[in-house]
Amino acid sequence: MSKMLHLINKSPFDRNALDSCLRLATPGSSVLLIEDGVYAAMRHAASADAVITRMKDLKFYVLGADVAARGLDDISLIDGVDVVDYGGFVDLVVEHDVAQSWL
Amino acid sequence: MEPWEEEDGPDVVKRFMYVNRRAPYGTIYALECLEVVLIAAAFDQDVSVVFVDDGVYQLKKNQDTTGIGMKNFSKTYRALDDYDVEKIYVEKESLEKRGLSEEDLIIPVEVVTTDNLREIMAQQDVVISS
Repeated sequence: MSKMLHLINKSPFDRNALDSCLRLATPGSSVLLIEDGVYAAMRHAASADAVITRMKDLKFYVLGADVAARGLDDISLIDGVDVVDYGGFVDLVVEHDVAQSWL
Repeated sequence: MEPWEEEDGPDVVKRFMYVNRRAPYGTIYALECLEVVLIAAAFDQDVSVVFVDDGVYQLKKNQDTTGIGMKNFSKTYRALDDYDVEKIYVEKESLEKRGLSEEDLIIPVEVVTTDNLREIMAQQDVVISS
């Protein structure tokens, strides 16, 4: 089975991309939240439970530049979500067999 | 009377409401709406600005866009006061759902419930949503 990187760039309150991704992602996959997708990593948001539930078997990342742009920081984020820079984004793409963008 | 002439005459003040429903950087809607509000404010109408749904993200403090190469327009919301736009409403339910509170916001606003907002919205002559 291929190791997949899921890319989410939409707010969980605006689109259901995150919901669909979490429903269909297989254990061992990774989810990288970028652009408006980073709002899904906010600790106190209503979307947090769905993310935390899948942290047992999925790895979650956020793009740091998008987090900072939106006025968020490490304290705003769910514990265990890793912040990566653009170089880290490239590394993730290379490390996984398939990158899927949930548009 | 021609169709482009105002029935009530040019001096009648109308109530304009601008409803922001989008997050700031993922799309251009938020920036465009802010510019429209600032232009409209020059026409001496009764302007109110509303932030609901993902629109509340526009007012989050501490935005730093250096990493994404886009203009940080969040400080421009402070200019609303200079343009005498003082009716700024944020829906309480939208804030809570996103784990935000009034202290997270860059400008003073009036936090209103859905019930309050429904009434305020019903009093408008023109409502523009983005």
